[in-house]
Amino acid sequence: MSLLDQPSSSSGLSSGDGMTRGQAWGLVGLLAAAVIAWLVFAVWPDWLNAILISKKAFVSAILNGITLAGLYFLVASGFTLIFGLMRNVNLAHGSLYLLGAYIGYEVTNRTGYWLLGVAAGFAVLAIVGVVMQVFVFRRLEGDDLRQTLVSIGISIVAADLMLAVWAGGTYQITTPEWLDGALTLPVITAVRSNGASVFLTYPLYRVVVLAAAIVIGVGLWLMLHKTRVGMMIRAGVDDRAMLQASGVNVHAVFAIVFAVGAGLAGFAGVVGGSALSVAPGEDVRYLLASLVVVIVGGMGSITGAAIGALLIGLAEQIGLVYFPTYGIVLTFVIMVVTLAVRPQGIMGKAR
Amino acid sequence: MRMHRRTLLALAVFTGLTAPSMALAADDTVKIGLLATFEGPFTVLGEDGERGAMTAVEEMKGMVAGKKIEIVKGSSDASPDSAVRAARKLVEQDGVKVLVGPLSGDEGIAVKDYAKTQPNVTFINGTSAAQDTTLRNPAENFFRFSTDGAQWMAGLGTYAFKDKGYKKVATVAEDYSFPYTQVFGFMAEFCKAGGHVPSKSWVPIGNKDFSSVIAAIPEDVDAIYVALGGADAVNFLTQYQQGGGTAPLIGGSITVDQTVLTSKGKLKDVLKGTPSAGPTADTNDAPAWKAFVEAYKKQPGAFPSPSLFAHGYYVDMKATLLGLDQVGGDVSDGGKKLRDALSKLSFDTPTGKVSLDKNRNAIADIFLTEVTEGADGNLLNKLVKVVPQVNQTLGIPEDEFMKLGAVNRDNPSCP
Repeated sequence: MSLLDQPSSSSGLSSGDGMTRGQAWGLVGLLAAAVIAWLVFAVWPDWLNAILISKKAFVSAILNGITLAGLYFLVASGFTLIFGLMRNVNLAHGSLYLLGAYIGYEVTNRTGYWLLGVAAGFAVLAIVGVVMQVFVFRRLEGDDLRQTLVSIGISIVAADLMLAVWAGGTYQITTPEWLDGALTLPVITAVRSNGASVFLTYPLYRVVVLAAAIVIGVGLWLMLHKTRVGMMIRAGVDDRAMLQASGVNVHAVFAIVFAVGAGLAGFAGVVGGSALSVAPGEDVRYLLASLVVVIVGGMGSITGAAIGALLIGLAEQIGLVYFPTYGIVLTFVIMVVTLAVRPQGIMGKAR
Repeated sequence: MRMHRRTLLALAVFTGLTAPSMALAADDTVKIGLLATFEGPFTVLGEDGERGAMTAVEEMKGMVAGKKIEIVKGSSDASPDSAVRAARKLVEQDGVKVLVGPLSGDEGIAVKDYAKTQPNVTFINGTSAAQDTTLRNPAENFFRFSTDGAQWMAGLGTYAFKDKGYKKVATVAEDYSFPYTQVFGFMAEFCKAGGHVPSKSWVPIGNKDFSSVIAAIPEDVDAIYVALGGADAVNFLTQYQQGGGTAPLIGGSITVDQTVLTSKGKLKDVLKGTPSAGPTADTNDAPAWKAFVEAYKKQPGAFPSPSLFAHGYYVDMKATLLGLDQVGGDVSDGGKKLRDALSKLSFDTPTGKVSLDKNRNAIADIFLTEVTEGADGNLLNKLVKVVPQVNQTLGIPEDEFMKLGAVNRDNPSCP
């Protein structure tokens, strides 16, 4: 069947008999982009305001969804990287996030430099990640189930230890003054009776979070696709035994991946703890979020993590504004639909 | 046979772990279960509840009717099923006959329902304050010496309308029974006085990102009524400040409580001057309150002033101990004598006289407060007015009050 179909479906250049699948999707995408652009930039008529509460609410929900997605991506990218290479579902990943946040808080509070806190969050957690890999997971290599169970154990112990050290309080990591304040975006939310336009303001810090996520995402992609280590990691994802047989020190590669993955979780902890807050229970929340993101996006794929994070972030925020009681369900509906239609995830490879 | 030996070993270890707790129920001790949220979003609240309960225990020097008090702790995470699980463990495994707790609204309703299946165990509330824990379909063996969330709001609605001049107020609250009760208590007065509530936002408990919710609040309201607790309140207030929010706030009882006022961050500017009401006021200068604050401060990790959770757990634990004292610490009759004593109990707390109504719910004084900055830079709830002896129907005749219907997301309503 596919042999017969192939010529007509892949001949994108031939004209005459309608559109190809790719062109159709492109057109749908263009239409969607046009609708979104209109929703964001046009002044809304009253009937639309009545349906969607207000333009300010709608555009804020979209922007918040995207920035939240940035945060989820930072956490989930490390998770997916570790899984992709080592088949290790590290359920202590949420604890790494929370520990990073607490360390960021301590360092920022003591030195007064927020950037130092961010760096410390990354560096300390990268070391913790290597230690975990070398002393725990390497000993259980090839035994996926035990690795997973041990990581649950680690997360429980870590949660109680952190509760003992930092108690149950809510901490807020203080951001430096140059990150405070709000940006005025060129988006008109309403027109006053005297004709003056009201522009949307948006916290600068959240824009910075999003920018950081994009930079890191692109950096990770470049590392995976343009460097020698990245090449080894990709080779390891596809066939670990073959990589080892060709003389690469797999353990060193594993340690690097674990360091980057855990470090990113710690980094996200500090950045997220500054945007929102740090409290016990965050570990489970972010673990769950990154599990859902990775399941939707496809295990082991960075691009998949980005797409998954975007879907989940938007779903969460839109759900929160328009149907708060059932908002949480939306996230899981996305997950269930993905599992039903494409069990390996949007960008996942069937194994 | 390796597996077999291992299983035996595991069994042996397991019995070793559980046996001591069964053997220790000696005659010269009274075991009391203490159920609070020691995990999850309300951890700080639960920890302070424990401080309150322990203040009451230490006041009695750890003894009641010549017997030693043994406290067995159970932890929940503010979800009803975790509370029932912890209560089950305390009752069915540790064998407590008297249980103090839980902390939060939905937990209270769930534990009340569990209480019905354990008629020989006496349950005394912690600080859970949903209306229907005692108002509709109550349990014979569940007692609440702390008041409910609607009672806590006594006086606030009228104060906001008349003294503050707010005509239109939006509400933001968590989506479960306790905040429903608080919003009900506030709106009962506010709507009656002529105010309007055009928009109510219900957010899931443990929500972190409130900026979308804040953006959806109508811009033409005079004030925002916020009933969020613990970490949720801190997150909302911080993001409200970051987003440049300008409308003044009205606080639910636990929103401007010490558990929130003491958190680290930039909350001060947003919170100063926020009116609220609740079962305590930090600047209360009654000698009984001051003595309580001093006793409370001896607890490790205490706040500058006890939160309403410390107060609620103190009052309920105190009542429990007074009841146990009256019956000589004897609960061997399935706690019947103890429950009779508790129903008739009326005593002076740090915040005035407390007695129970026919549903075993407290009648007590409520305090109208406003947030101010104390001399040492701490935020405090300044006492504005005392509303004496508020009952569960807020002074409205019972049949009329029941006609208002059960509290939920849409009841009451005055857009």
